[in-house]
Amino acid sequence: MAVDENLKIELGKQGVFVTTIQELYNWGRKNSVWPMQFGLACCAIEMIATTMARYDLARFGAEVFRPSPRQADLMIISGTVTKKMAPQVVRLYNQMAEPRYVIAMGACAISGGPFKQGYNVLKGIDRYIPVDVHIPGCPPRPEALIQAFMTLQKKIDQHHLTGEGRPRYLDAEAQGEFPVPEFGAHDLEPARNKGVWVLPEEIR
Amino acid sequence: MEGQATLTMASNPYFSLTVLFVAALGFGLAPLALAWLWAHFFSPAKPNAVKNAIYECGLVSQGDAWVQFRSSYYLYAIIFLIFDVEAVFLLPFAVAFTGLGAAACLAMLVFVLMLVEGLAWAWAKGILTWV
Repeated sequence: MAVDENLKIELGKQGVFVTTIQELYNWGRKNSVWPMQFGLACCAIEMIATTMARYDLARFGAEVFRPSPRQADLMIISGTVTKKMAPQVVRLYNQMAEPRYVIAMGACAISGGPFKQGYNVLKGIDRYIPVDVHIPGCPPRPEALIQAFMTLQKKIDQHHLTGEGRPRYLDAEAQGEFPVPEFGAHDLEPARNKGVWVLPEEIR
Repeated sequence: MEGQATLTMASNPYFSLTVLFVAALGFGLAPLALAWLWAHFFSPAKPNAVKNAIYECGLVSQGDAWVQFRSSYYLYAIIFLIFDVEAVFLLPFAVAFTGLGAAACLAMLVFVLMLVEGLAWAWAKGILTWV
């Protein structure tokens, strides 16, 4: 049962704090998103800068970069994903414990960026794993990464524990494994995860 | 009778310790129990082969994580200790050298000779040659 927003504010003025388990849970989760210590290319330098004193990611409870996927909640795809690297990225994502989130940082992680025409560059990591927040930029400034963090926090805040719209990790039926691509003769096989990425329709 | 029993229990010198012990146990176990309950009711476990594989920085895991390391390097550790301890004790000895008597110098000589004996033993055993 949701408490009316105005009633909550009114109660707050009287010194009464009303919440639900869902709100408490989301509040705890969104303020303790631990990213994985994992950088791919030049965007990683901006990511490192974001954690340092000047930009101070610790304000969002996300300064604890974990060196193991088992302890991490968030994967920041910070840079160009080459086809050589893509299977490793997908495998790392698979090895993270649920709930897990992904921020695709920079033009390369979103779409291949300036290297899109390259034969060895993956045209966006969202072909294999579900991405929660995309940030454009080449590279995005630390402020942009912080913006992505806040967007992710807002997203986590809106999660429902039960019902139809609940996130993947609370749904027993939802997909838990994301197939790791393999090196084929000409390209990664499969070239995309059909459950995650739908081929855009060509408009002529 | 019952009231008297509780009185004697509370007056036991170990009573406060027991209370603290139970509280400490609860402090550790309650979060674990809550986490277990939460996982049981809300988040279903979805294990799979890739997820359960040994973490090797994203690469395919090679072999088992339970490998044994050769222990023969302990000899190098022991020889390192000989030189290390020697240096640690020789430094204060050198600093205070001018003010020391014959007995102190003799003691130091015995100490150094003991370590030299260790080195000689290692040399004779053929440990110093790299294989």
